[in-house]
Amino acid sequence: MSAQATSLSLQRSIRERIIERLLFLAAALGVLTTFAIIAVLAIETFEFFLEVSPIEFLTGTRWSALIKPQSWGVLALVSGTVLVAAIALAIAVPLGLLAAVLLAEYASPRVRTVVKPIIETIAGVPTIVLGFFGLYFVAPHLLRPLLGADNIGTFSALAGGIVVGLLITPLIASISEDAMRAVPRGLREGAFAMGATKFEVVRKVVFPAAISGIMASIILAMSRAIGETMAVVLVVGTKPQFTFDPTESIQTMTAFIVQISIGETAQGSLEYKSLFAVGATLFAMTFALNLLSGWIVRRFRTTY
Amino acid sequence: MATIAPAARTAPRFEPALMRRKLTGTLFYGACIAAVGLLLLALVALLVDVFLRAAPWLDVDFLTSVPSSRPARAGILPAMIGTLEIGLIVGLLTFPIGVAAAIYLVEYASDSRLNRMLQTNISNLAGVPSIIYGILGLAVFVRVLALGPTILSAALTLSLLILPVVIIASIEALKAVPEAQREGAYALGATRWQMVRQSVLPAAAPGIMTGIILAMARAIGEAAPLILIGAFTFVTFLPNPFEGQYTVLPIQIYGWAIRPQADFQGISAAAIVVILGLMLLLNGLALVVRARLGRHIQW
Repeated sequence: MSAQATSLSLQRSIRERIIERLLFLAAALGVLTTFAIIAVLAIETFEFFLEVSPIEFLTGTRWSALIKPQSWGVLALVSGTVLVAAIALAIAVPLGLLAAVLLAEYASPRVRTVVKPIIETIAGVPTIVLGFFGLYFVAPHLLRPLLGADNIGTFSALAGGIVVGLLITPLIASISEDAMRAVPRGLREGAFAMGATKFEVVRKVVFPAAISGIMASIILAMSRAIGETMAVVLVVGTKPQFTFDPTESIQTMTAFIVQISIGETAQGSLEYKSLFAVGATLFAMTFALNLLSGWIVRRFRTTY
Repeated sequence: MATIAPAARTAPRFEPALMRRKLTGTLFYGACIAAVGLLLLALVALLVDVFLRAAPWLDVDFLTSVPSSRPARAGILPAMIGTLEIGLIVGLLTFPIGVAAAIYLVEYASDSRLNRMLQTNISNLAGVPSIIYGILGLAVFVRVLALGPTILSAALTLSLLILPVVIIASIEALKAVPEAQREGAYALGATRWQMVRQSVLPAAAPGIMTGIILAMARAIGEAAPLILIGAFTFVTFLPNPFEGQYTVLPIQIYGWAIRPQADFQGISAAAIVVILGLMLLLNGLALVVRARLGRHIQW
C-alpha cells in the first residue's frame, strides 16, 4: 500500500471525525438551551424568594404586583390559567376528536385532502389574530348577545377559553387522527364481520386501540393552552383573581408576564423578579404535562 | 335442562336492535360533520370579520408608511421590515444548525442513552411555551450577552424557539429516505459523510426545506417572546438589525388592537390581513419548493 493512499485515508478519517463532532454539537445545543432555561428561571426565582416567602407565593390567593399593597399569591394567576385551559379543553376535546374520527374513519380521500389542510390552517394562524377575533368578535358579537350584556363583560375567561379552544382543536384532531389511522384495518374488519355497525367499530375498536395517541394529544393540547399568550392577553383582561366563574375578567400567568414586560418596570424590582417566579411556575406545569404525555405514549402504546 | 341457565345469562352479549344501533351511528356521523362544520364556520367568521374591518384601511400607503398617532396616516413599513429581517436571520441560523442536529440524530447517533436523551430533550423543548423563550432571551441575549433589546436578540430568541421544530421536521425527512439509498452510496465506497451529503441530503431536501419554511412562518407569527425582548415600542423609522428599537407585525397588531379608538381596530385588522398574506405566501412557497425539489425523486 503506498504512503499516499494511507495519508489519504487518514485525512479522510480525521475529516469524518471532525464532521461527526460538529454535528453532535448541533444536536447538543438543545441540552444547553434546556439548562439555560432552567438556570435563568431558578436564579431569578431564588432572588424573588429571598424577599417573598415561597409558602405565601404558592398558597396565597391574592395577586397584586402593580397596585399597593402588593400581594404575591400565585394561585390567583394559576386559577385563571387553569380556568381558561379547562374551557378550551371542554371545547377542543369533543370538536377535535369528532373531527379526527370524521377524517380517519368516514371521509373519502378526496374530502380528507381538502378538509385536513383547512383545519390545520387554524393552527397556523398567528395567535395574536385569534386574540383579536376573541376581543372584537367572540366577546361582543357572540357571548354578550347570547348571555346578556349584564352577565358578561368585555373581558372574560370564557372568551379566552373559546379562542384558545379553537387554537388547540387542530392539534387534538391531527394527532388523534394519526393515532386512529395507525389502527390496522384487520381489527376493523374483524368487528364488522361480527356484525358491528360503523359507530360500534369506532367506539369499541378504533378508539380503545388509539387511546394512547388520543390521550397524549389531549395532554399536549392542555400544555399548549396553559402556555398560550397572545390569544389570551387581549381577551381575558388584567384582573388577577381566584375564581372559577367563566364570565369573570381574570389574568393568566402568561398575560401577567406580558403586562409586566410592556410596563415601565425597573430591572431588579420585586415586580420584575416576580416575572421569573411566574415563568418558573408556568414552565414547571407545562414541563410536567409534556413528560406525562411522553410517558403515556410509551406506557400505553400498542404496536401491531 | 340445567345447561340452559348459563347460556341464558350470557345471551345479552348479542345486540340485535339493529335499527336503534344504526340510528345512533347516523347521529354520531352527524355530530362529526357538525364538529368539522363548526370549525370551518369559525375560520370563515374570523376571516370575514377581519377582512370587513380591514377593507377601508388597506391601500399602498398603509404598506409604505410608518405608524402614526393619526389612524389615517398610520402604516406598517417598520414592522414589516422588522419581521422580514428577523425571519431572514432566523432562517439563516436555524437551517444549518437544525439540519446538522437532525443528521447527527438520524445518520450518526448510535442507540446510546446519551443520544436518546438528546432526542427526548428536543421533543421536550418543542413543548416549552414560547413566552418562556422570551424570558430566556431577555436574560441571556439582552442582559448577559448585552446585545440589548434589538432585532438580533429577537432573532436569536426565535431561533432557539423554532430549532426543535426544524430538527423534528428534518428528522422526519431524513427517516423517509429509504435504506437502499444509503447502502448504494456505501457500496460505491463513500464515507459516511459523503453518503449523507451526496446521497441522503438531496433526497431529503424537499422535506427539510418545507419544514424550514413552515418553521419560519411560525417564527414570523410569534409575538409573545418578543414582548420581553423590547419589541413593544412605537417605531417610526426603519430598524437596524444590530441596534436601536424595532417592532414586528404581530406586536404592531397587538399595539393597535389595545388602543381604545375604533379606527385603530381597523388598522389592526389591516395589519392582520398583511400578516395572513405573508403566511399564505410562505405556505405556498413550501408547496412549490416541495414540488420542484421532489420532481426527480421517486421510490
